This record gives sequence, C-alpha cells and structure tokens, in this order.
Amino acid sequence: MSERPRPVTITDPVTITVDGRPVEVQRGELLIDACERNDAYIPRFCYHPRMEPVGMCRMCLVEVDTGRGPALQPSCMINVAADMVVDTTSEQVAKAQDGVLEFLLANHPLDCPVCDKGGECPLQDQTMAYGPGESRWVEEKRHYEKPIEISPLVLLDRERCILCDRCTRFASEVTDDPLIHFVNRGSNTEVNTFPGEPFSSYFSGNTVQICPVGALTATPYRFKARPWDLERTESTCTTCSVGCRVTLESSRDRLVRINGVDADAVNWSWLCDAGRFGFEATNSEDRLTEPLRRVDGGSFEPTRWSQALGAAADALRSTDPDRIAVLGGARLSDESAYAWAALTKGVIGTDHVDAQLGDGLPVEVLDLPGATIDEVCTPGGTVVYLGPDPKEELPVLFLRLKHAATRDGVRIIELTPMATSLAPYAALGVHSRPGELAAVARALVSGDVPSDGVAGVDADTLRSAADALAAASGPVRIVVGRANLAESGQVVLDAAVELAALPGATFLPVLRRGNVRGALTAGLSPGRLPGGGRLGRDDDAWSSRWGSVPVSTGRDAFGILRAAAAGELDVLVLLGADPLSDVPDRDLARRALDRVPTILALDTFVNPSVARAHVVLPVAAPGEVDGTTTNLEGRVSRLRAKVTSPGTVRTDWSIAADLARRLGSPWSASSVGALRDELVAGSPRLAGTSWSDLEGAESVDGVLADLSGVDPGRIEPTPPPQIDSYSLRLVATRELYDGGELLRRSPSLAGLARPATVGISVGDAERLGVADGTPLVVRGERGAITLPARVSAGIPRGSAHLVHRLDGSDPFELLSAEQVACDVRVEIA
Amino acid sequence: MSDAPGTPLDAPVERTGSAGDAPLVVSSRFDVADGHTLDVYRTSGSYPGYSGLAEALRSTPDQVRETVVAATLLGRGGAGFPAGVKWGFCPPGVWPRYLVVNGDESEPGTFKDRLLMERDPHQLVEGALIAAYALGAAQVFLYVRGEMPHAQERIAAALNEALEAGLVGRNIMGSDFSVDVVLHWGAGAYIVGEETALIESLEGNRGMPRLKPPYFPAAKGLYLRPTIVNNVETLANLPWLFHHGVDAYTSVGTETSPGTRLIALSGHVRRPGVYEVPQGTTTFRDLFEDDRYGGGIRDGRALKMFIPGGASAPWFFPEQVDLPLEGRTVGGAGSMLGSGAVVVMDETTDAVEACYSLVRFFARESCGKCTPCREGTTWEEKILERILEGHGRPSDIDLLLDVADNISPGPYPVAADPSQGLDAVPFPPRQTTICPLGPSSVAPITSAIRRFRHEFEARITRRDPIPVAVAAESVAGEPVGGPGV
Repeated sequence: MSERPRPVTITDPVTITVDGRPVEVQRGELLIDACERNDAYIPRFCYHPRMEPVGMCRMCLVEVDTGRGPALQPSCMINVAADMVVDTTSEQVAKAQDGVLEFLLANHPLDCPVCDKGGECPLQDQTMAYGPGESRWVEEKRHYEKPIEISPLVLLDRERCILCDRCTRFASEVTDDPLIHFVNRGSNTEVNTFPGEPFSSYFSGNTVQICPVGALTATPYRFKARPWDLERTESTCTTCSVGCRVTLESSRDRLVRINGVDADAVNWSWLCDAGRFGFEATNSEDRLTEPLRRVDGGSFEPTRWSQALGAAADALRSTDPDRIAVLGGARLSDESAYAWAALTKGVIGTDHVDAQLGDGLPVEVLDLPGATIDEVCTPGGTVVYLGPDPKEELPVLFLRLKHAATRDGVRIIELTPMATSLAPYAALGVHSRPGELAAVARALVSGDVPSDGVAGVDADTLRSAADALAAASGPVRIVVGRANLAESGQVVLDAAVELAALPGATFLPVLRRGNVRGALTAGLSPGRLPGGGRLGRDDDAWSSRWGSVPVSTGRDAFGILRAAAAGELDVLVLLGADPLSDVPDRDLARRALDRVPTILALDTFVNPSVARAHVVLPVAAPGEVDGTTTNLEGRVSRLRAKVTSPGTVRTDWSIAADLARRLGSPWSASSVGALRDELVAGSPRLAGTSWSDLEGAESVDGVLADLSGVDPGRIEPTPPPQIDSYSLRLVATRELYDGGELLRRSPSLAGLARPATVGISVGDAERLGVADGTPLVVRGERGAITLPARVSAGIPRGSAHLVHRLDGSDPFELLSAEQVACDVRVEIA
Repeated sequence: MSDAPGTPLDAPVERTGSAGDAPLVVSSRFDVADGHTLDVYRTSGSYPGYSGLAEALRSTPDQVRETVVAATLLGRGGAGFPAGVKWGFCPPGVWPRYLVVNGDESEPGTFKDRLLMERDPHQLVEGALIAAYALGAAQVFLYVRGEMPHAQERIAAALNEALEAGLVGRNIMGSDFSVDVVLHWGAGAYIVGEETALIESLEGNRGMPRLKPPYFPAAKGLYLRPTIVNNVETLANLPWLFHHGVDAYTSVGTETSPGTRLIALSGHVRRPGVYEVPQGTTTFRDLFEDDRYGGGIRDGRALKMFIPGGASAPWFFPEQVDLPLEGRTVGGAGSMLGSGAVVVMDETTDAVEACYSLVRFFARESCGKCTPCREGTTWEEKILERILEGHGRPSDIDLLLDVADNISPGPYPVAADPSQGLDAVPFPPRQTTICPLGPSSVAPITSAIRRFRHEFEARITRRDPIPVAVAAESVAGEPVGGPGV
C-alpha cells in the first residue's frame, strides 16, 4: 500500500533482531513500522499509520520472541522492546499469512477485471505474489446488493469488503463522523450506514483512498480509468490554503482522480471532498477556452490572443497608472502572482493592487511571528482559535486540530463569534459580540475581567479562559482568521495585536483562499513589495529588477472599489477575482463594476464579475499549472501540471510577460523557474525556496519560508460599534459546499449544499417565539432576507447567523464596507 | 443447550444436598423459598446474609485481598486464575478503578450463573461489594446477559432492597466504604462473555474483543481505567469465605483447587442439573453415575464422549471418566474444565452431527473482527453442512483440519487415544485471533475427526444414487452435486 510508515525520530534507541539482522529502532514504536523502515515489509490490510491499530485482519502476524519462545503476534499491535527477536518469514508466519489470505479470498468476488481497484489492489497484489493459485473454497460466496450508495459521493460493494475497519475507523476516529459501522455478525458482518442516515462527511473520499480493496468507490472516478492507464504527478491542492499534498492522476489527458499524499507537516494523507473531487471543474465543459472581447452590442465575441492582448495593452498604456487597479491573485501560483506584481507595480506603476477582496484580513497579520500547523498542534500546548469554522473553510486543518485536542492534549480556546466545529473538542468557548473582539482579547491577556463581562461574554467564562492562558505550559499559539464576514477584518487584527502580548505568542494566519499567502508574499497588496518588502523601504531591490516601483502606497480592495464607484478608475484587472460574489458589500461592488470603463479579466469561467468584463483572457486551471504555491503557514511547495489546458488557454504569468513586452518594458519573464528564482533572489525571507531547492527529495512536502515576526508598523485600533439593543448582530460565515464557482462546475459536488437558514440563539428564539423552521425576516439597512429559522445553542444571545452563498442566503446584500459590524432586525415573516 | 433442561422458574433444581461430606458454599439457597429476598437471605442458607461483608469491612482492603489469596479462590469463569492474585494486577495508585461482574453466561452447556443470579442475587451483590472494597473500586458494573430477564429483575430488586437497607451506595453498613452498583443488560452476544468484549459493550460499543496487550483490563479496562472482571460464581464464593474463614474454605476440595464448583450437567444422563461438588475430589464418573448427581447414562446406554468444560472444550472419551474435576488435571489431559459445563453424549450420538452443531454455534457467534475466525468458522460450518447433506468430498476431512490449523496453528489440544497409541496434547491452544472464540470452534473438529474419522468417511463415501426424478429436475433447475461448484 502507498502509505508511509509513521514518522519517527529515534530518541530512545533499542536494538531488536529482525530476520536475523540487529537493527536500531525507537523504543515503543510499532513493530510493523520498525520492520518496514528496516527493509522487512510486513503485509497488512487493516493497519494504517495514521490511525490507531486494531489488529483485525491478522495479515501482519509475525513470530515474536520476547524471551519466552516465538509466538505469532500481530505486528501492528506490538510495541518494540529491547532484545525482541522477530521473524517475518518463518514457515509458521508464511502458513498463518497464507491462511489469512485464503480466508479473505473465500468470499471475495473474482470480479477484478471490472473492479476499479484491479491493478492497484493490495489484496490482488498479495494474492498474485503469494497466493496458492487455486482456491479450496467450493461453497457459494456471500451475496449482497451491488453496490449501495452510502453517500452521494461514495458507493459500497459489500461483497468485495474484507472488513478491515479502515473506513469505519476513519469515520469515527479521524473525522468523528461515525455514520458507517459494522452491522451483523460472523461472516455476515458488513459495513453499512444507519437507515436514512447517509455517510455525509466532508471527508468521505478518504475512505475510498484507504480501502484496501474495491469495496468503496467514488462516483467521480468509478469506471473512468484503469490504474495501469493512469499517469500521476505529485502536486499541491489549492482549493483552500491548507496546502494538502496530492497526486494528480490523469487518463487520456483528463484529470480523473486526486489522492492525498502523506505530508507529515500538513495533511497526513487526508483530503476534504471539495479538494478531492473539485478537479471536475478543471474538466468542465464550461471552461473558457479562448479570449473574449465585448463587442458594441454588449455581448462577448471570441477573439485572437494577439487582438485581446493588444486591446489590453492599449488600455493599460493609455491610462494614468493611478487610474489602474488590480484585484485578486489568490488563485494564481506564486510565480504568476510575482509576474503580475512585477507587471503592475514595476511596469505599469500602480500600487492599487489587492489579492484579497475585503473578506480576508489586513496584510499586517503576516508580519506577526508565525507558527506552523505542527507548532499549533504541539502536544500539551495551548491554542487560541480566532478563525473561521475550520471544518467548513479549512477542512484538513480541522482534522489536525481535532487530533491535537483529542489525542495530544492540546487545549483549544475558541474565541469566535459562535461555536465552530471545534467546539466539542475545545477546552473553552468564548463567543463575543461581533465588533468587540479586541476588548475580549485585552481582558484575556490582562486577566482584568469586569464583573459584568466583556462584549456579551460573562465574567466566569472570561476568567476561566484567562486562567487557562496564564497556566499554559510553553508559548501560546494563536490561529487567526476571518471568522465573521459581517465584521471588519481590522477588528480581528486588533485582537491579534492584543494577544501578541502573551509571552512567546506565535500566530498561524488562516486566510482561506488557495494561494492568498503566496499572492501577498509576491507583492499583490498595497504598500507591499515581494518577499514581505515595503514600498518606500525596500524599493531598491525591486526597482533594479523592474525598472521602477510605485511612488506612493495604493488602495486596498475596498479602496479600489470605492474609487471605481466614484469614477476615479479607468481600468480594473480581475485576476481570478469575482468581487460581485466575494466582496462583503454587494452594493459597493455593483456600483464599482458598473462605473469602470474597462475591465480586463483573467479567469477559467465566466463568473458574475467576468460577465461584466470587456476583455476576457482564459487561463490555466489547477492541474494545468507548473510552479509553486504557499500555504497558510508560509510553506512553499510545488504545483505540477498534469494535463494540457483546453483550447488556447495560457498561464497567468505568460500573459503578464506578454503584456510587459507589449508595454515596452525591459522586464521580462522566460520561465516559471526563472520567475521563482527572481522572486527568491530579491527576498531574503524566502531563502531556501528557489526552484532547485524545491526539486530535492527532502523538500517534497514543501519548504517553510522565514516566519519570524517583523514590526507591522502602527496599527490604529478600531473603535467598537455602538450597541443597538433592538437588533441582533450579524455573523456571516462560509460553508464548504456553497454556490461557489468550483462547486457549481463540479457535477459530483454541485447540489451538496445545505438549505439556507437563519441561525439564532436559544434565548432570542424564546424571546421571539420562534422554533426551528419558523420563517424569519432578517432586515438590515440595505435590504431583507427571508429564511427559515435554525435555533442553535452554539450561537450567543444577541447574534444572528447567515451563511454566504447558499441558495436564498446572501448576507453580502446586507453588508457595508463602512461598518465595523452589521446590526439586523430579526422578526417572524 | 444453553438453558437448564426442563426446570420452570424457581422449581427445585437438582443439587448435591447436604450429603454430609461437603458444605454448600454457593448453592445453599437454591431451594429455599424466597431465598432471593433480603430477609430470607439474612436468615437462611449456609451463612447469614451480609455477615461476610460485615466481616470483610472489619479488615483493611489489603487484608481482604490477602484473605482471598490465602484461600486460593480460583476464577470460575473458565481460565481458573486465582482471583486474589488478579486483583493485585491493578497498577498501584491509579484511580478510579472499576469492578465488572461478568454475568454474560452464554457458553453452550453452562447455566450455573443464571441460577446464582436468579435464586440468590444478594449473595452475588454481597460478593461484589466485598471485592469492590478490596479493590477500592469506584463503581461496580453488573453485566447480565440480555436473554436472562428473570435474573435481571431479581438482581434489580435485590439492589433496590440493598440500597434501602444501606448495604449499597454511601457509607455501607455505617462504614466509610461507599460504592455504587450499576446493573447493565447485555444485548445478546456470546462474545461479550469475553472480558474485553464485555468492556467494549459496557462502553456502548459493538462487543468486539480488544487485543491483550495492550488492553489488559487490570491496567487498561473500562474507559481505559484499571478494571477487574470477575465471574458471578467467583464472587458468590466470597460471603461464605468471609463468614467461615480461610481454613474452612481450604478444607474443602484439594490444596491447589480448594472449595467447591457448580457443575452444569446436561446431555444424556438421567438427572441433568446444576450440582455443587468439591473441587478435585469428585471425578467425572462420580458426576455421571452417582445418584446424588447424574444417576447414570440415560436408558443404561454406554458413554460415547463428553465435553468437560463447555462447548469450547475439546472432547473427552470413556478413558477420561476417572479424572477428577480439577482444572490442571483436565488441562493436562487435553481439555479444560472451563465454566463447569459438562455435556454427556451416549453411544447413539452422531459425532459428525454433534461436531456440526457446535461449529455452527461458533460460526454464528463470531463477532467478525479477526479474519481467521470470521471466515474460518463459517467455512468449517459450510463444509460440515455439505458432508451432512451427502455432498462431502474425500479431501474435505483434511481441508477441515487445515482450515482449523489456520485458525489455531497446531498441535491442537486433544485427549489421549490409547487405542491408537496417541498422547494427549495439553491445553491451551495457540491462536491466530485476538480471542479464543475462533480456536474454540476447532475443538469439536479435531476431537471428532481424531477419534471418529471413520464416521466422517462413512458420510462422505456413502452417497445414494441420484434418483431419476431429481436428476431430471436438475436439468431444468438447480445443479446437483453441491452448491457453488
């Protein structure tokens, strides 16, 4: 099987004898791993290095002698001890393993020729290698209905199942979605769901990956390819910013499957279903395949690259740089983002550039001293979680945090507007009124808690949290992200700055978009230059490369849109950005895009904002791009192209290079590697992440950039908003399955979104006389939304919860870029 | 097989009676009217109820444990391990600890614990309290088999009475000792009689055994806390032991196996029932033929074979009838005394049918965790079924033995066979599985084939000619000659 043995550092060595050879291993590690690392691979089906062993399949039986004579023992359950003598190949062992193989095959259907697993099946491989070649089983085999749908994404063929407990253990142990389980007894044991309760886990695809036979198949891959026809390459998932390592697998130049790779620092081989099955969007028939130009009648017309680029260059050349702005870039690779930074800041000369769309955090959050995922998950540590619901926005980070809390004794203090998916594993939940996070953070750090509490959090809760922070062993790690889209990101930064006073505090910024950290690091942010450089301070390093740098700091996303709406912009470039959907002020985005005379869009699909563009340049999608990406930690890892782009699609960086040439700039780019090296050469903080550095075997899981903190400069605290006691304060969040572009273009995932509701607290529900399902009107200054109520104990009194981008739920219609928090009236419709 | 033969609830059962030579340690109230009530418990039987607990509470917990060690009270659940020694396996200083009472009696042929729970529930509660006191257990969990509603009700009633009388709960009998007793009903699985599977079941999970190591209950048991699991009969010995003292206890039975045992005798004897006999001094012959016990093989027939310790035990034959009912001796002779279930089979018994009946039980009750047991027991069942249906093949006998060998790598424990000059293979068997259920299914196969191979061969070679009508039918429908060929 493709799993790697559990990573181990030998700190307490003991010597054991494996097949006659003395080897040095770590005391207490599992025998099966110790043997594998010492060239004595023991066959197994149920053991998975990332889950607790169960010793169920009995395939890994070996003879172990601890001084009382050799005895058959399951090597996945035995911790090594000094002087153990292990025989993995004795006659007894061979007989026992052959016996287990024969038992497993007894009821296993011989439908390998039509089974998706055939060709990469551990059971098939073991049988081919060691099987007897002929079956002694003449009885009738077990029969079940073939296959059953245990979720919209996963099918189960119970006849093929060898009952290894991998999928069921994964569901209960790794994700805590115990929706599949063994039922019945003896040889009638089967895996199944409870009636009417499908295996609707965000992580269900992992069970398909770890199934050692063809029992679990995923609908997007089923019958699409044979393993020996697949081509594979290792890459990194950019669906969110966790940066899970993956294999991209293609057949006949189409992506057909993505599997997780066990990167110890990041994803431990797990993926979420959006990341695993979102490749369908790359294959979508709706992809843009050729440049488009708006003709006089207002409709798009296909055009040639030379004409489209010519038109774009003309618009850029003839416009005052101060009237040009660029939004987006988080979808790009590091190199494309750098190329666009060079084009906009060096060649064009505008600093109105923002890779975030007002739904992230101020870029200063990256100046705080950084923490890696591993550091956040340090056993016995204390974590303040100040981010979005990780299960919804950063699913694999949720798995790591949950593991840290449940297995490694990490105490998580949630400091969020409402309970997240971490709540069952968190030590404490501090849920404050939106807009007043900084005051809560100040109280926690100082321990100075007023008796009537702070920002709606009672004094007892605050005191317990402050005590927990004071009692923390080792430095406190702070996970900081945008938990509430209806609350200014500045508020979160203010709170983070308060928490930075905790001794040794380090920060894991969890900005959610694919490569947003890479884009910001490449310089796609106002006032910033690549590698964390500042405009006005580090100009020389970049003006020498680009020819010049902007003279003054530009506008951020909200500023750009305000300027556009005020008629102060003539050209707006959308780098894979959809401000109409993603800017948490729908009205502002609409007014801005209506007013700008020329919009250039680089994208893979026609989204609502691209539909307003004047020139549309089709670009390569995930799976078609070479380069690197930077995850939320600041870890740089390789992206690799596996399939050819459709039509005449080009990469973002080559478009930037072409435009630079057309604009007569001396700056140019020849290759992805050259761009990477240029970025690294000018950025001391990116040392060690050059193109050749990332090719080595030791950097296969990525290389961390320098995470030490730098002075973020003066940060003006935001005054807390006035409380309107007749209103509820809005909490707007995202869910994994929403109406987003990727989801809509992936047939397997489209339709998984939950129906929209408006969540209110138990207390407010009682006050309003509302139960689950009661239709409620949520009324803000700018509009109203009517949705059924969902009463939740996880929502604090005084708050109302809406989910962004679900059918019928559009909180951005209610939000304003000018407000720190959004007050709404909620009443029965 | 699992129920007492033909005894209506609370009808008098067959037992030793006061035969003069041995006291009744645990069964003295089996025939006492209302012996299950607190009042009668206090005033009847071979000791006054709750006097043993009172005696124990006058000592320190360590002294209580030492008394049990000194009495060499052997576990009555099957393994026969000294209970006091087992109690000492809890890692010192690790709290809380739990005591779990294994009342999931479901070994085919065993029905002694059921009577202990139905007829003398206070005796069990008192025994559990003495053990909990010795252990310092925070809670006692009384796990009663799902199919024993009468026992569940009797224990529940006894616990309520005991609670009202201050015998359970806070400050028991006015002392500093407090413990709660939780009554838990099983959901019907043989495997839950295995202690780690029982613990899983108590935790609310599917009853599947855990691997030892690392999950030795004394160290990592219920909720991964130190846990002692004791059989019902083991604990039922404690009140008498503490009332009468170690010397009285060890004067019964033999030095290595003192005290008495409850034997559930079933099968082809005149008087099947539950008998309390002194350990080690009674032989199987006494048990079968003595008028106080079995009263002879039914209808004066000859003994063909018997199972000395429940369905999991390898079979014994007439040569072994003079062995004493004593764990070590029986183990050395190739079987086990197990849970004290003796099943007698006379000369009219078909060895192949008996073997099939037992194997089928294990195949149905396999929990499905370990591959060899899950698949192997069913395979054995299917082969035996095929042989019985007349579709056996000559190679099936060796196939059965080899499948068995893959569940329990040989040589498998078996009794001596002087007629073939074969020695006994002592207990226990080796196993490729976590718990002994799979290897147990091998016992009837190896026992029957070694002794009665000719019966298997006769079944296989004796094949009636296929009637014309059936042959014609097969053309249109089902193939003749065995399924799945």
